[in-house]
Amino acid sequence: MRPEWNGFVGGKWENEINVRDFIQKNYTPYDGDESFLAGPTQNTKDLWAQVMDLTKKEREAGGVLDMDTKVVSTITSHGPGYLDKNKETIVGFQTDKPFKRSMQPYGGIRMAEKACADNGYTVDPEISEFFTIHRKTHNAGCFDAYNPEMRACRSSHVITGLPDAYGRGRIIGDYRRIALYGIDRLIEDKEAQKESTGRVMTDDVIRLREELSEQMVALKMMKEMAASYGCDISKPATNVQEAIQATYFGYLSAVKEQNGAAMSLGRTSTFIDCYAERDLKNGTFTEEQIQEFIDHFIMKLRCVKFARTPEYNQIFAGDPVWVTESIGGVGVDGRHMVTKMSFRYLHTLENLGAAPEPNLTVLWSARLPLAFKKYCAKISISTSSIQYENDDLMRVTHGDDYGIACCVSSMVIGKQMQFFGARANLAKCMLYALNGGVDEVTKKQVGPKYRPVVGDVLDYDDVMSKFTDMMEWLADVYVNTLNIIHYMHDKYCYERAQMALHDRDVLRYFATGIAGLSVVTDSLCAIKYATVKPIRDEDGIIVDFETTGEFPKYGNDDDRADVIAHDLVETFMKMIRRHHTYRNSFPTMSVLTITSNVTYGKATGNTPDGRKKGQPFAPGANPMHGRDTHGAVASLSSVSKLPFEFAQDGISNTFTIIPDALGKDDKVFAGDIELDLNK
Amino acid sequence: MKGHIHSLQSFGTVDGPGVRYVVFLQGCPMRCLYCHNPDTWAIGAGEEMEASYIIEQYVRNEGFYTNGGLTVTGGEPLLQIDFVLELFTLAKERNIHTCIDTSGITYKPENKEYNAKLDKLLDLTDLVMLDIKHIDPEKHKALTGQPNDGILAFANLLSDKNIDIWIRHVVVPGYTDDDKYLEELGYFIGGLKSLKALDVLPYHNMAIPKYENLGIDYVLKDVPPLDKSEAIEKKKVILEGIKRRHAELGL
Repeated sequence: MRPEWNGFVGGKWENEINVRDFIQKNYTPYDGDESFLAGPTQNTKDLWAQVMDLTKKEREAGGVLDMDTKVVSTITSHGPGYLDKNKETIVGFQTDKPFKRSMQPYGGIRMAEKACADNGYTVDPEISEFFTIHRKTHNAGCFDAYNPEMRACRSSHVITGLPDAYGRGRIIGDYRRIALYGIDRLIEDKEAQKESTGRVMTDDVIRLREELSEQMVALKMMKEMAASYGCDISKPATNVQEAIQATYFGYLSAVKEQNGAAMSLGRTSTFIDCYAERDLKNGTFTEEQIQEFIDHFIMKLRCVKFARTPEYNQIFAGDPVWVTESIGGVGVDGRHMVTKMSFRYLHTLENLGAAPEPNLTVLWSARLPLAFKKYCAKISISTSSIQYENDDLMRVTHGDDYGIACCVSSMVIGKQMQFFGARANLAKCMLYALNGGVDEVTKKQVGPKYRPVVGDVLDYDDVMSKFTDMMEWLADVYVNTLNIIHYMHDKYCYERAQMALHDRDVLRYFATGIAGLSVVTDSLCAIKYATVKPIRDEDGIIVDFETTGEFPKYGNDDDRADVIAHDLVETFMKMIRRHHTYRNSFPTMSVLTITSNVTYGKATGNTPDGRKKGQPFAPGANPMHGRDTHGAVASLSSVSKLPFEFAQDGISNTFTIIPDALGKDDKVFAGDIELDLNK
Repeated sequence: MKGHIHSLQSFGTVDGPGVRYVVFLQGCPMRCLYCHNPDTWAIGAGEEMEASYIIEQYVRNEGFYTNGGLTVTGGEPLLQIDFVLELFTLAKERNIHTCIDTSGITYKPENKEYNAKLDKLLDLTDLVMLDIKHIDPEKHKALTGQPNDGILAFANLLSDKNIDIWIRHVVVPGYTDDDKYLEELGYFIGGLKSLKALDVLPYHNMAIPKYENLGIDYVLKDVPPLDKSEAIEKKKVILEGIKRRHAELGL
């Protein structure tokens, strides 16, 4: 065994790149409570005060403090940057100083220019010229290949938010590999992978060989970048501080090269805990030191920034990085995977204060230890900063070493990745079905010129039949648009750093999504159970509806409505599956417009459910606002009927409740309202 | 059989332990000045529903209620005792935790026929949340329009039957915040053997729009809502009374 691994239980992981095996053989489940945790050190407080100060200055400066306009960002493009070198135990920024946003033009030079211009900066003209004339970008590639129909769908917003001008994100490198194996071993492995490709030079083999070479370049650059900070990551980490640092350098490399729509971290806490346990046992570090490393690590993750445009921020409600870290869960052998490190990660919310990033996500299972559940509840109540996802559901398909990219996209770390594909607007599609492909807002013929509905009252069977045909068309143009996007992204904006930390053969999810599910469901219910009269404008286009009578609404545990929602999800997913998907990727779908529901609603006309033109859709799989009248359980129950097998990229339900409606103060979880006579 | 139902709430968190399915029954003989559900007063109104339908609704989502159960409230649920009896009989066939949130107003020690039903019902009841509005008979009458002798007798009945009791009390400034009576209330409930919890709630006036909609005069319109911290202080006074009683009883 390598000396760096002394004290660990050996296994398959020694001879192959297999982080999961290492974790399973070496992690220590923790059933205790939070009493062991350490508060912030003085250095932590000082550094965080600096960050808060910079944040204030950034806000005062209008949202951006500094931008690089000359240097194209790569893993090694910038020298080391620090807050306070003497106080930081975990180091590394995207550029040579904190809060300076890097320039990343490979996704699209115009987007990079606009991001600068909108914030009062100008990209060096030589850079603009280079990426306009000499080096094509992902964005230019997409528009070279789009057909007129795709462009029309894009501008009418029946398909929106496509990652054709910005980084697609949603790829999680297995950053832990650097800590466990060191870069040199990973390069050796990549060499072997390249050696193992087929010998007949088909397109696929050529692409793979080129990509593997790119990955090796990235690995070498990571080593170089780490060295500029005085760290050697060529070999395995020897203690918990080095393990965190190496993991972070991997992540940092990714965010230096990719301004992705979601740049998630993975599932690092239980892995890191193996090192912490070893160090505690050997007396290498104290609990206070280990917490300090974690605090500094999380602090760095909170400082990840990208250059983005106001339009982008509008779609995503701010400029989220989605540094999602998945915590806890249960192993396939039945042991829960909560460790002391799970507590330490959440504890940063106390030591540094509440924050949306990193997006700390607890993989929740009924079988998590009670003390951890209580701690989660406590931190949720005090900071509102924890996301929860259902491990019992996802473990069935993904096992116990998956992570969440963005908000809900699950993938096995280092073995699966995703092609992010935004969303199709089903509500608009339904209106296209009524109007024979004419856009209800622009009056342009966007969809195929199918027969529009005729008559004074909408007939459910007639509408369903036409809607099904229109969905069939939409699925086709949508999938093919995405095929172009991902082809071009691979070609011009390849994620070499993240993919270097994957296996050779990865499962690629081809993620699609739908918006407006509850709008369509309620509209179809109105057509089926009430009377809906279409109102046509002078051109004969249906622009409004007169709905009389009661109809069931999604969100009330009413099967009449919920079955329609269920079937819509299943139907559209099956349509998606009928199409060729780029690189034989595995098609999935999501129902999760958490923020862009506003934008989608803006572009969509009146709908038969009574929603007015321009009004927001409900987010994700939510019932429309105010229409779920039977309380939270009934509302959640409707959502839970949506079939995960047809929406494997995730179903989201944004649920807000006033704290008082959740019970009596923070005693709810502690048991009955106690009759404490000793006080 | 059918009951008159005001509404159903699938996610109740303050009406007993855990997450609960809450049935608001229509109709109440009390006219508490601070009542926040005046829309549940009218007897015989509301939607008629089968007890079995309500159990079906519960069972559909019973996974949510693992640590909770079923609560009947209102209105005054015990006005429809036959219905609640059937509902709880069905609930107990499925081992559902049952809770009655009541004012106790329907209990009359001399009413044998009613009390026979009540005996049966309490056999099927895991918890009673008893809202004692005021310990003083006169002031109780002024506040609610009804006497409190039956209510206090009902509390003792629950104690004799050893059914878990949570006492609730709303502190209304100028009406139910006198320390003398609060201590006396504590002294009374200190004698209840099966007392498990005391929930002291600050008065709020969020029901005013409901009164306006119903065209009912809201008598307390000049009474300001009470701060939560004051309710906590008042709870201490009640606890003093409980301690005094416990000391007397040698507990």
